[in-house]
Amino acid sequence: MPKPLERVNDFVIKFANVNGSGSASANTLFGKIILRMGIPAAPRNIFPSNIQGLPTWYEIRVSEAGWLGSRGGGVDLMVPMNPQTWDQDMASVEPGGYVVYDSTKPLPPSKFRDDVTALGVPLTQMCNEAYTDPRQRQLFKNVMYVGALAALLDMEVEVVEKLIAEQFWGKDKLIKPNIAAMHMGRDWALKNLPCPIGLRLKRADKVGDRIMMEGNSAAALGAVYGGATVCAWYPITPSSSLAEAFTSHCKRFRVDQTTSRRKYAIVQAEDELSSIGMVIGASWNGARAFTSTSGPGVSLMQEFIGLAYFAEIPAVIFDVQRAGPSTGMPTRTQQCDLLSAAYASHGDTKHVLLFPEDPKECFDFGALAFDLADRLQTPIFVMLDLDIGMNERLCAPLKWDDTRRMDRGKIMTAADLDSGKPFGRYLDVDGDGIPFRTYPGTHPNKGAFFTRGTSKDQYARYTEEGPAYVENMTRLLRKFDTAKTLVPQPIRKDSAQPTRIGAIYFGSTSPAMDEAMHKLAGQGVHLNTLRLRAFPFHQDVSAFCAAHDRVFVVEQNRDGQMRTLLMSECGIDPAKLVSVLHYDGTPITAKFISETIAKEANVVPFRKAVS
Amino acid sequence: MSYLPKPKFRHPGLPKNKLGYTRRDYEGTVSTLCAGCGHDSISAAIIQACYELDLEPHRLAKLSGIGCSSKTPTYFLGQSHGFNSVHGRMPSVLTGANLANRDLIYLGVSGDGDSASIGLGQFAHAIRRGVDMVYVVENNGVYGLTKGQFSATADAGSKSKWGADNNDSPIDMVALALQLGATYVARSFSGDKQQLVPLIKGALGHRGAAFIDCISPCVAFNNHPGSTKSFDYVREHNEAVNALDYMPVRSEITADYPEGAHEQVTQHDGSVLNLYKLAADYDVHDRIAAMTYLQKKNAEGEIATGLLYLDPSPKDLHAHLQTVEAPLNHLTDADLIPGAAALEKFNAARR
Ligand SMILES: Cc1ncc(C[n+]2csc(CCOP(=O)(O)OP(=O)(O)O)c2C)c(N)n1
Ligand code: SF4
Ligand SMILES: [Mg+2]
Repeated sequence: MPKPLERVNDFVIKFANVNGSGSASANTLFGKIILRMGIPAAPRNIFPSNIQGLPTWYEIRVSEAGWLGSRGGGVDLMVPMNPQTWDQDMASVEPGGYVVYDSTKPLPPSKFRDDVTALGVPLTQMCNEAYTDPRQRQLFKNVMYVGALAALLDMEVEVVEKLIAEQFWGKDKLIKPNIAAMHMGRDWALKNLPCPIGLRLKRADKVGDRIMMEGNSAAALGAVYGGATVCAWYPITPSSSLAEAFTSHCKRFRVDQTTSRRKYAIVQAEDELSSIGMVIGASWNGARAFTSTSGPGVSLMQEFIGLAYFAEIPAVIFDVQRAGPSTGMPTRTQQCDLLSAAYASHGDTKHVLLFPEDPKECFDFGALAFDLADRLQTPIFVMLDLDIGMNERLCAPLKWDDTRRMDRGKIMTAADLDSGKPFGRYLDVDGDGIPFRTYPGTHPNKGAFFTRGTSKDQYARYTEEGPAYVENMTRLLRKFDTAKTLVPQPIRKDSAQPTRIGAIYFGSTSPAMDEAMHKLAGQGVHLNTLRLRAFPFHQDVSAFCAAHDRVFVVEQNRDGQMRTLLMSECGIDPAKLVSVLHYDGTPITAKFISETIAKEANVVPFRKAVS
Repeated sequence: MSYLPKPKFRHPGLPKNKLGYTRRDYEGTVSTLCAGCGHDSISAAIIQACYELDLEPHRLAKLSGIGCSSKTPTYFLGQSHGFNSVHGRMPSVLTGANLANRDLIYLGVSGDGDSASIGLGQFAHAIRRGVDMVYVVENNGVYGLTKGQFSATADAGSKSKWGADNNDSPIDMVALALQLGATYVARSFSGDKQQLVPLIKGALGHRGAAFIDCISPCVAFNNHPGSTKSFDYVREHNEAVNALDYMPVRSEITADYPEGAHEQVTQHDGSVLNLYKLAADYDVHDRIAAMTYLQKKNAEGEIATGLLYLDPSPKDLHAHLQTVEAPLNHLTDADLIPGAAALEKFNAARR
């Protein structure tokens, strides 16, 4: 029998719930209490889509060191509130871990483990005694277990009370009874259980001014700040909450105070073909428009994306990736749409992709995408994934510069046309591959042109002449080169010691990668890293690869899609690029990255200590 | 085939409309369709309608899918922005364009393949959303551009040019449009300019989803005996329920009409439609009766044409979405961006 775990501010706690039992707000409350005690924490929702009865889990990694990636391995403290998943939940506890459970109905000893400390609280019984209304019994049970945990983990009770008050702000009648229920749970635990246990929360000062929010909501807010007025979408997990968040942000920020009319239009389309069609139509007509979708939606949009590329129409597509192919694992995370987005459509196409690492960048890139789309007159993909999109994540506060203005790109106005400026819709006047466009309705007799997916000359006139086609396609490549200078640049982090080993990563892998580097350094494996933030790649990417003998490419898909992009777009020697691939649908962990790299790097851990 | 500009020569004596434009100012480049193609007559009718309406060409945007019919927007309104999108998807592009700027007039041109086969879903959904547009299907019962395969509007029992039978039931676009809530529904024939021009004018003045199913024979692939979309067949079986006369504003009726045979309807834009009943029992405002009447005529092998349904004051998609009066594409940074202070509050609520 291992010793019960003893850890302060560094453990993983997991709640097993039944969907719709009101547990979500108790879980969020619990997470917030930890943050208010100044301790970084990373919550994750786990919600398989294929089990009857809809069990859900909520896992929080508490890490004073600030590691926000999924830790991997077992759970230190389990709260199994769903009898249906008890066995599975019990099995997931680390040796020496704890289980806090509802002990109202006695369970046979076979349901427990020798190496796990079981702490029973008769929650149902207490609720049934205290409340008569069945709805109340359920809701207060959730707060009660938060109270019991407050005692067991030694949480600051004032903080708990304060957050309950905040949670029910505006519904003041609910504050007192909730606080009372919390105390009921807490008092019972203090009296009957060995409080506190080995896992503890102790006030720290490691959160700073950071905020907690979901990537989808942040990206949607980015769209609001980016000036988007048209959103067309078709529901699909894990992207639906992005369009839904846009709806609620718009209700808050975009309703005309005097007329109550809306400065936005949101349409739930009949499918993804239609949503991207609407986005293209709106952008063609001078509004900022976007859609949010996931892999299956991107597949359906292919033909239209090719049209937008070739006819040079702005479009912003938020792709919240999930495990594919086909329906794949709809509620599991992956970075598996890189190739289908980068080269979406038949024919020769290349598209701009942005890779936000957290909600802060979801916001920043969400807003930036609209400037890029207008400036480059082409589709821009913002590549989120389920892990950042649908989980709350601690991140830097969102910032906005009030002097910033929308960059609408190269637009010819009626005044420009009247002044005699020559206009050719596909004329590369500046040598950057980007032509001017006019909005429909600009001028009574100048500047109108015909937009088409067929080949055309510089004045938008239909042609099948080979040279005109080739010139146009070459200009599009020139434009893609211009894109390299406009997209967010990669971020390089060098190890404390000089090394010839590098690692490239992007998107939601970020927190796990930071932790992995730290772990590896502790084992004497030193890495320089480059975090990609956009495709096409900046020249620094080739330079980084050239400067290292081996470069690990860490990604969350089976086929090494980013590695393929690096090979084909930068001509990097495949032998140099070593894939580190995590694709079981769970978020990548530092443990996985560091173990894989340590093994692959062929370095005996603790080499320095040995030599 | 490359772009063919029309000669710039202008006859000095050409009549001008109120804006000082001649009919030629509403033309586009030279048509590349087959000589005698019904679609060219529809283009001519669109030109005529816009000219007579004194429409500023740049206040209209023309959109289409793919097909011979969808090519036609190049051949009219050369001063208007145009968009030849992808096969069957014009309705979504038009919907998006309309959302961006509610002040322009949107003319969607499509074919029966484009709208009844590959694009049936988009057609249906644009209609049921009440997008403010004129949606014209140039209906020839075949895929012209891909050389004469049956389309989904081909009647069961009709024969292809090569003698093959069509056994599938036809899709009746008018019946669908009525069922899906279009607020201006008409059917016409490319060979009947008299009927078609006023129908297009009325549709352009309509502030909701206006749908015109225009039978438009394909001389290359569907104008033979045994086809129900040939010039001869349509002329023979055409039964107009009414005749329409478009007036920009309400004015005195001078001619004498028998009681109940005439009606004036004012549309939202102030224009007036003078309707002369040809079928005595046909009520243009009764959607359900219209559906029944059309089904009956259809069963009798007759093609009912004219203005088939009208709701003169419809609610459009913008009304449903409660968007601001100003076109969304005119809104500025100040209108759209909440700013740093709002963001600070947003942050504070997430700590
Ligand atoms: C995705 C796709 N599939 C097939 C085609 C080939 N195609 C071009 S036009 C057309 C049919 C057009 O028929 P219709 O809309 O009736 O137009 P018409 O030529 O008869 O006026 C087809 C199948 C295409 N352009 N795109
Ligand atoms: S093929 Fe038919 S539809 Fe196409 S242009 Fe010729 S006649 Fe018209
Ligand atoms: Mg056709």
